[in-house]
Amino acid sequence: MKHTLDDPQTALLDVRNLQVSFKTRRGIVIALHDVSFEVGRGEMIGIVGESGSGKSVASYAVLGLLDRAGSVDGGDIEYGGMDLRAARESEMRDIRGREISMIFQNPRVSLNPIRRVGHQIEDVLIAHSQATRLNAKERAIAMLDLVKIREPEKRYHTYPFEMSGGMCQRVVIALALACKPELLIADEPTTGLDVTTQKAVMDLLVDLARARNMATILITHDLGVASAYCNRIVVMEKGRVVEAGETGTLFTEARHPYTQKLIRATPRRTSRLRQLLSAADPRADTVAPERRIDISADAPPLLAVKDLVKSYPVAGGVAGPGLLGRATRLVRGTKGEAEEGAGLFNAVDHVSLDLRAGESLGLVGESGCGKSTLSSIIARLIDATSGTVEFEGVDLTATPASDFARSPHRPAVQMVFQDPTESLNPRFTAFQSIADPLRRIAGVKGRQALGAKVEELSAKVGLPSALLGRFPHQLSGGQKARVGIARAIALDPRLLILDEPTSALDVSVQAVVLNLLADLRAELGMSYIFVSHDLTVVRLLCDRVIVMRQGKIVEQGAADAILDRPSDPYTRSLIDAIPHFQPVAGAAAPLSAAPPA
Amino acid sequence: MNRIETTAPALEEAVSSAAEPPPEKQSSAWSQFVYVATQNPLTLVAFGMFALIVVVAIFGPMLAPYSPLASDSANALKPPSWDHWFGTDNLGRDVFSRVLVATRLDLLISVIAVAISFVIGGALGALAGYYGGWWDRIVGRMVDTIMAFPLFVLAMGIVAAAGNTVENIVYATAIINLPFYARVARAEVNIRRDSPYVLAARLSGNAGWRVLAFHIFPNALPPMMVQISLNMGWAILNAAGLSFIGLGVQPPTAEWGIMVAEGANFIVSGEWWLALFPGAALMLAVFTFNLMGDGLRDLVDPQRRT
Repeated sequence: MKHTLDDPQTALLDVRNLQVSFKTRRGIVIALHDVSFEVGRGEMIGIVGESGSGKSVASYAVLGLLDRAGSVDGGDIEYGGMDLRAARESEMRDIRGREISMIFQNPRVSLNPIRRVGHQIEDVLIAHSQATRLNAKERAIAMLDLVKIREPEKRYHTYPFEMSGGMCQRVVIALALACKPELLIADEPTTGLDVTTQKAVMDLLVDLARARNMATILITHDLGVASAYCNRIVVMEKGRVVEAGETGTLFTEARHPYTQKLIRATPRRTSRLRQLLSAADPRADTVAPERRIDISADAPPLLAVKDLVKSYPVAGGVAGPGLLGRATRLVRGTKGEAEEGAGLFNAVDHVSLDLRAGESLGLVGESGCGKSTLSSIIARLIDATSGTVEFEGVDLTATPASDFARSPHRPAVQMVFQDPTESLNPRFTAFQSIADPLRRIAGVKGRQALGAKVEELSAKVGLPSALLGRFPHQLSGGQKARVGIARAIALDPRLLILDEPTSALDVSVQAVVLNLLADLRAELGMSYIFVSHDLTVVRLLCDRVIVMRQGKIVEQGAADAILDRPSDPYTRSLIDAIPHFQPVAGAAAPLSAAPPA
Repeated sequence: MNRIETTAPALEEAVSSAAEPPPEKQSSAWSQFVYVATQNPLTLVAFGMFALIVVVAIFGPMLAPYSPLASDSANALKPPSWDHWFGTDNLGRDVFSRVLVATRLDLLISVIAVAISFVIGGALGALAGYYGGWWDRIVGRMVDTIMAFPLFVLAMGIVAAAGNTVENIVYATAIINLPFYARVARAEVNIRRDSPYVLAARLSGNAGWRVLAFHIFPNALPPMMVQISLNMGWAILNAAGLSFIGLGVQPPTAEWGIMVAEGANFIVSGEWWLALFPGAALMLAVFTFNLMGDGLRDLVDPQRRT
């Protein structure tokens, strides 16, 4: 499916019938089939697709950055009339950075951790002879200023670890744009950043692209971001371009079933849980099951958190609370007693909350707001500095976290972790992972009994039992998420803490997992604490939402009410930063200027 | 680097979803071994040479054409010939037979020494990495103390003080290698201590020691495997070195270090084969163990098992 510009002369990059394959242990895998797209000057196109769709491979192939196992087998890559496939490595090195630049996903990894950011920008300028030793510093500071870093003269001397994720991504953008490239490839530039930071970074990127009349390729899994910022969108699935078109028309008149499925699966402010499922799913557009247990106001709360504080010592110096909270958590691990005399930073600052049996509570906030620390304390993985966590009237904090594994309350509170890959032991098969809690706590013994129970659990979460013998790296993201959920519900917990359970998943998988969680809640009568940075996702599953900022609760109330009528300015800024995804004709007017000439 | 990280998982995803469901091949140790060996020819060579060394260690006395201790003064100091491939020494003993027979002793010393330092050093390091605090301080300072000595001199001291026996060579070698395992284990355990799968194991009701032993430690194995293989080479050198200076194994026992030491006296007078062949055997063994490191790591890494 080819998309042609009105005037082919304007295409800066023209990729035609690109074919790329990788050699793997299982044989040759064709990563791209016949992929064609083009970008004109001043245009921002989005390449959208889920993991494994080949969207990143396409851009790596353009830059000649495929790793050794990969090879371009066919097609043409033409950049400004030059055949990039025929270019020598030395020519490519010159083109990369000066003509075509790239921004990678994780800004912290793309920056050299032991060099000051200003020097890193100078390196690029000097390498491409855009500056001399004499004016490099001046130019570097001008670049920092350009990406709207405040006090660029001062920031010139900072190291990447001293900056927040959003700041690092700005520096990466400064690096990428230092040599005034004609074409910028941004590979998931805002994944992993908070929504407010994402908005700031994307706005900056669009402004710069417009000012320089630069062509931009935005690679993203997020339809919201793509629809808000791109002129044209290319949808990829399994190495093929399935559909391409103007942003406005593509979303309203999506023809390919895959595009339709993606659009459905992207949560909107008004969508209901079942509407996210693919149209082929028999449950699609039905009503999600209601919870079994009534939440009556006079019932005693299942969980009562009272005046909870978690403080970490501050090593000195000033740093953002988010950075600091994370760093100290890494250093101190599960022990984190406050040290006398040292300054204290409260990751969780006098938080109280109630949760009734059967209720689902959303815990929302940006990174560093203390939501993960709070949920870890409730899950009894770390100890609080002060305050209590009462579960069915029993104070759980009476047992230290290190001994809680043997507490009779251990099965009652379980957790599903953020990254399905990281949360599974790489040496355990799916079966072993699910069987672990059964062996340790439920005391299920014997191959037969254990096998039957594990199969029952995997059936509950929709994991084919043939996959139980596989190791985590042999499973897809969605399958790994199911294993993690099966393990968490193995002990019939009363309270399940979901720590961003879908943030590492593709939207279509997220849709399925969210529906699975809703079904399980109805079936098993659990209460959920859903920790997330994404209000639109939280709303789907939760009755009540708590918004946290800097360790404190800033707002709480019914999910829909908060999303529609936020009373706190911080909550409002969070909601406003969510890319508006409303596939209505004309509504998705791209923010970037110059429509293709 | 970045590009590999980004494409590899995506590719993995593509592969696993494309071949749905791929034939459930049993990931036997053997097929894993075949894969690792064929992926890297150097590993294949290393494993081949290791197999040879093991065969010689086990069957050495049977393969040897002469008794390693039988002296024949009529045939003393003969250069290599068809009858005596590696020549004969000053007492007329066949050097080839002695080199073969010595393999068992040298290999045994190094394997046992490395096993002891792996178990004790690994356990101490893992405890230090997992519990931190006092464990970490005590183990850390202990390791630092050992490292503060010139290691070979320390080994000499231990053997000289404890008595001149083969067992004491093993203990001395184990003690001087212990810090390396403790440090690798500590670092590898420490970075995994708060990883989500470890937290999940705690949620599943695993007590602390169980989390450490069954969830963290096995995942710390691959880098330790590299250490084992390198250490095997050092341990052989160390044992041979101690024998060379007259500690530990005593003549007339066939041992590479002693043979080199004894042969060294004859190099000046032109009888080079006495020292060269046991020295070459020693070099070959050390070289093999150093080569094996990467292959061993790949063998115990589940990511490579598909």
